Amino acid sequence: MIIPPTDHQLEPKNWVKAYADYLYMYAITRINDEEQAQDLVQETFLAGLQAMGRFAGKSSERTWLTAILKNKIIDVYRKRSSGLKTQELTNAEGEVTNFFDEADGHWNKQNAPQHFGLDDYDPLQGKEFNHILKKCMEKLPALWLAVFTMKHLDDEPTDTVCADLKISASNYWVIIHRAKLNLRACLQKTWM
Amino acid sequence: MGELKRIIYNCQQATFLIDKRMEGKITFRERIELRIHLIQCDVCKLYIKQSEKINEMIKSLLKTPTGLEILLDDTFKDELQVKIDTQLNKN
Repeated sequence: MIIPPTDHQLEPKNWVKAYADYLYMYAITRINDEEQAQDLVQETFLAGLQAMGRFAGKSSERTWLTAILKNKIIDVYRKRSSGLKTQELTNAEGEVTNFFDEADGHWNKQNAPQHFGLDDYDPLQGKEFNHILKKCMEKLPALWLAVFTMKHLDDEPTDTVCADLKISASNYWVIIHRAKLNLRACLQKTWM
Repeated sequence: MGELKRIIYNCQQATFLIDKRMEGKITFRERIELRIHLIQCDVCKLYIKQSEKINEMIKSLLKTPTGLEILLDDTFKDELQVKIDTQLNKN
């Protein structure tokens, strides 16, 4: 049995070789922008060099660098959505808003859920509709997409998402709901 | 219109609760109201199925690697190595 060393060491000379691709992949799946992802990898290494004195050796080098990158990604999320700060809960650009009748809250006929391919689709089996989902997700406002990514990719608890993105819990639920309504409608429209 | 009556006929509120419930965060009262709504609302029942399916799809889309490994540009890596070495030599 190999006993792992209790104290991890930092070897910044090897960072690029050992972690650049991993960190780049980590960033790109979360922010979907190659150039920005590159910049973040660079910033992460440079910030890591600055912070070496504070490395306690309790986590692995990779975990430590990933944590730095993660904070930078959250900064990107915040920046991307800061334009929406005051209007995030009014109507987002391109958002469909007339799902329900204003008077009684009933589904409006043209936007109501109908049976379509999604119902029999097994996401674990096929990936052929991923491109439709991707397209529809790209239409969502940056803040909403950030919420979804943190929630589904990183399985972050609601409290963490709210704290990191600086949104209230009630806004969080409104965002989840609206994002879902819009995604569903977009899928139905594109898929059929 | 009473509180209960509002939810019974209100699909907007019902779908809000459906999405919230998926994370297990609705009150007992909301749960009952939602159940009553769903007894008579097939459209919202369909919404539940589709909304769950969308969560699964998003998860699988985000978590599955794209197949091809996305690698960082080699020139960029080389430049980065130089930057790190320069920093290290300064200290």
